Amino acid sequence: MSQTGTTTRAGTTADHPVVCARGVRKSFGDLQVLKGIDLDVRRGEVVVVLGPSGSGKSTLLRCINHLEVMDAGWITVDGVQIGYESRGGRLFHARDSVIARQRQRVGMVFQQFNLFGHMTVLENLIEAPVGLHGVPRDEAVRRARRLLAQVGLEGREDSYPRQLSGGQQQRVAIARALAIEPDLLLFDEPTSALDPELVGEVLGTMRELAAAGYTMVVVTHEISFAREAADTVVFMDDGVIVEQGPPEDVLGNPQEERTKAFLQRFL
Amino acid sequence: MDADGRDVAGARHTFRWGQWAARVVVLVVAAMIVHFLVTNPNFEWGTVWAWFRAPSIGRALWTTLWLAAVSMVLGTLLGVFLAVARMSANRLLNGLAGVYIWFFRGTPLLVQLIFWFNLAALLPQIGIGVPFGGPKLVSWSTNDLITPLTAAILGLALNEAAYMAEVIRGGLLSVDPGQREAARAFGMSSGRALRRVVLPQAMRAIIPPTGNQLISMVKATSQVSVIAMADLLYTVQSVYNRTFETIPLLIVAVLWYLIVTSVLNVVQAFIEDHYARGERGTTGLPAMVRRRLRGRRGAGRAGAPVTTIEQGDRA
Repeated sequence: MSQTGTTTRAGTTADHPVVCARGVRKSFGDLQVLKGIDLDVRRGEVVVVLGPSGSGKSTLLRCINHLEVMDAGWITVDGVQIGYESRGGRLFHARDSVIARQRQRVGMVFQQFNLFGHMTVLENLIEAPVGLHGVPRDEAVRRARRLLAQVGLEGREDSYPRQLSGGQQQRVAIARALAIEPDLLLFDEPTSALDPELVGEVLGTMRELAAAGYTMVVVTHEISFAREAADTVVFMDDGVIVEQGPPEDVLGNPQEERTKAFLQRFL
Repeated sequence: MDADGRDVAGARHTFRWGQWAARVVVLVVAAMIVHFLVTNPNFEWGTVWAWFRAPSIGRALWTTLWLAAVSMVLGTLLGVFLAVARMSANRLLNGLAGVYIWFFRGTPLLVQLIFWFNLAALLPQIGIGVPFGGPKLVSWSTNDLITPLTAAILGLALNEAAYMAEVIRGGLLSVDPGQREAARAFGMSSGRALRRVVLPQAMRAIIPPTGNQLISMVKATSQVSVIAMADLLYTVQSVYNRTFETIPLLIVAVLWYLIVTSVLNVVQAFIEDHYARGERGTTGLPAMVRRRLRGRRGAGRAGAPVTTIEQGDRA
């Protein structure tokens, strides 16, 4: 991995948090899914969010890039509140085109891969760089080939997603997220839809990204990945962050009963 | 071989008497029809053949074809807007599209055509200006604007839009919501996500019913004969009203309609094949034909050289 996570963009510094969330609340109907979440993600940090199903961890992740609209609180990504714009000291819901631009440096990897089915692997990788970032096509193609080599899929650029295994599709999806030179990578249960024997190849790729210094927020059920790759483990349950800290503390020596009970199930 | 006779390779099909009886019946009926067609002098095949090639029929066929094409294109474009509006979270757009579709699907095309043709009776002047009787900037006589041609296009296109809106909406709904979500997450505006990601994949579901619609449209143009538009049916009618060769001329029309719709069927198969890319197991004749063509043209295709170089590298 040649890219480093220490590059800084205008208005941010290395110690300024990439993601800053305060008091995030979200309900679906009567069900309160997030009950006031505070979270900081520093540049180059790998945050792994663990927790039982329905604990709100995916919803939190999707609030970060405004795929889910939160009810209260705020989140900034590189200082920008995605989905909102401030005019004259007042906050407004941003227009569609503004939101689109705000999202352009956040890469996302989905549980169901969501590769564009009518495009080849190569087309999937250059769609955003060429279409949205104005990268010249041949440069985007060169970069896409390099990324495919990084995720171990060179020579598959003309395949269609459906011709690949789940693990290969997910690695293409990771390469697609890297192709936009993201400031932040979001992973929404990236291995949950994979056959058990394919989980390893995807986690391996993600471990390399972590080592390369990408800023990552990973929602997963893979405790082993959290233990090996995370800088910070966040344990969520019932819409709140129960415990967070380095993996050796949260996983090795959990303080809260709920964390202990959750980890017990994986022993 | 398996002594117990369990090996499925040795299994035979039972002789089916019913199947064979049905085939014989179909053959006999087909022979009767052919016999009827050939021996019945009232078909006047000589007359059919003469009119089939007549320049006046050719012009009428041309009118039918481009009327169908123009109405279909306009109807489809409006249909896309209606479909997107119908699916939008914006209540106003959603409601307006709903009312449009309700109205134009709910009334017969024939009534709509006659209505547009007689618009002048309701609205003698059409203009732009201050509403509710205020001054007009420009104004036209409706009778000048509404000719058989404009009435036909208005009627056919506006009606078609209502149907195409539902066809397109169905196609958009068939695409996995994750596709749109991924497009949005990567910073595409909803318009761009629709254009680049959702619509191309919706085409697979949109094309077959659109083929239906187009074929219906070609035939629906025959209804413009009621507003004196010289399409294929109108022309055929005006000929047999003069010559009383009703059956031969109707057969001329039937043959031309069948030829046009058959060609459209083939075109549809090719388009379906194009949008099936990305799906495994795309067989069928058009796919075979295209592969052959591609093989013959070889590396002349754009993009192909890249693959060749790579394979060369590995070798």
